[in-house]
Amino acid sequence: MRIAILSDIHANREAFEACLGDAERRGAQRLVLLGDIVGYGADPGWAVARAKELAEAGALIVKGNHDAAAVSIEGGMTSAAGAAIAWTRAVLDADAKRFLDLLPIELEDDDRLYVHANAEHPTLWRYIRDAEDARRSLEAVRARVVLCGHTHMPMLYTLTATAKLVSHRPVTEVPVPLIRPRRWLVVIGAVGQPRDGEPAAAYAMLDTQSSELATIRVPYDIAAAAGKIRAAGLPEMLATRLFRGR
Amino acid sequence: MARHDLSEGQEIDGFRIGARLHQGGMAALWEATHPAHDLPLLVKVPRLAEGDDPAAIVSFEMEQMILPRLSGPHVPRFLGAGGFDRQPYLAMERIPGPTLLPLVEELPLRIERIAEIGARVADALDALHRQHVVHLDIKPSNILTRPTGEAVLVDFGLSHHRQLPDLMQEEFRLPYGTAPYMAPEQVMRVRSDPRSDLFALGAMLYFLTTGARPHGDPQRLAGLKRRLWRDPIPPRRLRADCPDWLQEIILRCLEVLPERRHPTAAQLAFDLRHPDRVALTARARKARQDGFVRVMQRRFGRQPRFARPGADSPESGAAAPLVVVAVDLAAEAALLGAMRATLGQILATLPGARLACVYVLQQLISPVGTHDEEERNPHLQRLIELKHWAAPLRLPEGRATFHVLEAASPAAAILDHARLNGVDHIVIGARAQSLRRRVLGSVCAAVASEVPCSVTVVRTRQREQEP
Repeated sequence: MRIAILSDIHANREAFEACLGDAERRGAQRLVLLGDIVGYGADPGWAVARAKELAEAGALIVKGNHDAAAVSIEGGMTSAAGAAIAWTRAVLDADAKRFLDLLPIELEDDDRLYVHANAEHPTLWRYIRDAEDARRSLEAVRARVVLCGHTHMPMLYTLTATAKLVSHRPVTEVPVPLIRPRRWLVVIGAVGQPRDGEPAAAYAMLDTQSSELATIRVPYDIAAAAGKIRAAGLPEMLATRLFRGR
Repeated sequence: MARHDLSEGQEIDGFRIGARLHQGGMAALWEATHPAHDLPLLVKVPRLAEGDDPAAIVSFEMEQMILPRLSGPHVPRFLGAGGFDRQPYLAMERIPGPTLLPLVEELPLRIERIAEIGARVADALDALHRQHVVHLDIKPSNILTRPTGEAVLVDFGLSHHRQLPDLMQEEFRLPYGTAPYMAPEQVMRVRSDPRSDLFALGAMLYFLTTGARPHGDPQRLAGLKRRLWRDPIPPRRLRADCPDWLQEIILRCLEVLPERRHPTAAQLAFDLRHPDRVALTARARKARQDGFVRVMQRRFGRQPRFARPGADSPESGAAAPLVVVAVDLAAEAALLGAMRATLGQILATLPGARLACVYVLQQLISPVGTHDEEERNPHLQRLIELKHWAAPLRLPEGRATFHVLEAASPAAAILDHARLNGVDHIVIGARAQSLRRRVLGSVCAAVASEVPCSVTVVRTRQREQEP
């Protein structure tokens, strides 16, 4: 089975649509969204409605920190993110908020665990930035493969037979065999706000038969997405960073 | 974890196991058959007894990731694999015949034979490097030969794939590899430089030439590190008939810093096939090892710094292509000038590129008599003209070579040259319409349609002719 795994959509309609279209053309049979459907971008209502449709059609979706923030009254975000969340709260209707509120924190499917941030304390929303962070997540759960997002930078980690932790920056379009029985932690790049220096939207395709995972980049209409952010009066840096992918 | 021993007659995934052929430190090799594959097969099983080096598992997993992603005549064909969740094995094509190891019994080899073997191994390395893999354990026992002549590289257990996770990267108590052949940067735990394989091939050529290892066979890290500061005895001192070009090639391969070696295996193969075109430096003339003071300066001075080339760095070979320009010296001056300008632009963007200027001296079907009065030696005269044509490019010594090929068909000669030398890019001029071209077809069209690489066709801008 081919599973398209999308993370950190961040209310970027253009990037979300481009990735969904690409995944369909590549024959994805299942869809997984690793959270942060909203925040930063200017199309939260549309993004949540689309996610809801996808969920009704069988997509697996977990909650991200921005999804949680959009339905709570807590702060704790950087100023630009906080401003965007305040705006998002104001524009989302009750139905959309209820959908986000009811999203699970993590989901297990076969030998895979889907979670937005780290796996040992998922609701603390800690980043997985290095091999030690990855090791803690892998040691905290039983799933062979942990798939997460949150950092907006695609990355792969694996525990070798001698318990060493190896990290790898995936090369676009090159399938990496997640060899068994090795355990892997995969950080999926961001659909709606890439931060690895490459502005194209990122997602991943997992082939469960061959256990191969490929990172995919999809160009999208950045100018349109950025234009909407500016028109909505959101912080300017949320628009400019889309062009730079940083 | 399941038992990993096999026995004769056992069957895994349709592979029927035959006799055990070899038991090594890391793995055992078994003969096998499979109803779907009508060729001799080999099944490799990692060695995993109590007390064995657990790195054998990691090494097996590395090979399991890399082998299925390789193709071409220079590697055994991958046919199937099983992981550690069941019975770990790797099934592949069995290459008949011995490795290069028995050659050791025949030393010293003839110089031509050494160059020929070296060129074939360099071809195989070039094919491997183009598939993003650094072998990191090149030695006679890991090289086989197909009946058709191609060298086949085996055992990718220590290899590095520049686009895949490197499971071996953290696996260092000692650097893994084979002591006599290990490049200095490999001793220092850099695993991503394809030029490490050129060092290993250089060590092998040194051994085949002199019967000695350039840096011995040290078993401890301090002994391995000696190659960072101690230069080998120049081959000619151990073998008086070692020609200067071969010493130049071998010592260049054995340079401590990868950037002083050949930029690519293709360029090394080219040198081994064209001894008369090797640019000779002080390496070719070197008569003895460096003196005490220089060696001590290296030993106690600043350590060489080795870069760690990444997946998309220029060391992957893309920035050091072999470019051929096929020059028709009889073409009009405007076209010859335009070709030079185009070539200048290409070379300016690729500082690592090497250029071969080729002219085909057409042999008539039935040569009548010898050379005419004015041109006693047309071959030499064309070579001079070719160099004259390239002079305005101001290429440094060693960056360009010049070749006058003699053939009945220029197109066929250029195609052969490109295929044999693994050329990446051909620059060729298209002449204006002529009667001859209409009748015979153009050389340029024939080359462009058949050659297995990029072709730039240079044409001078012309006004459309009125009907």
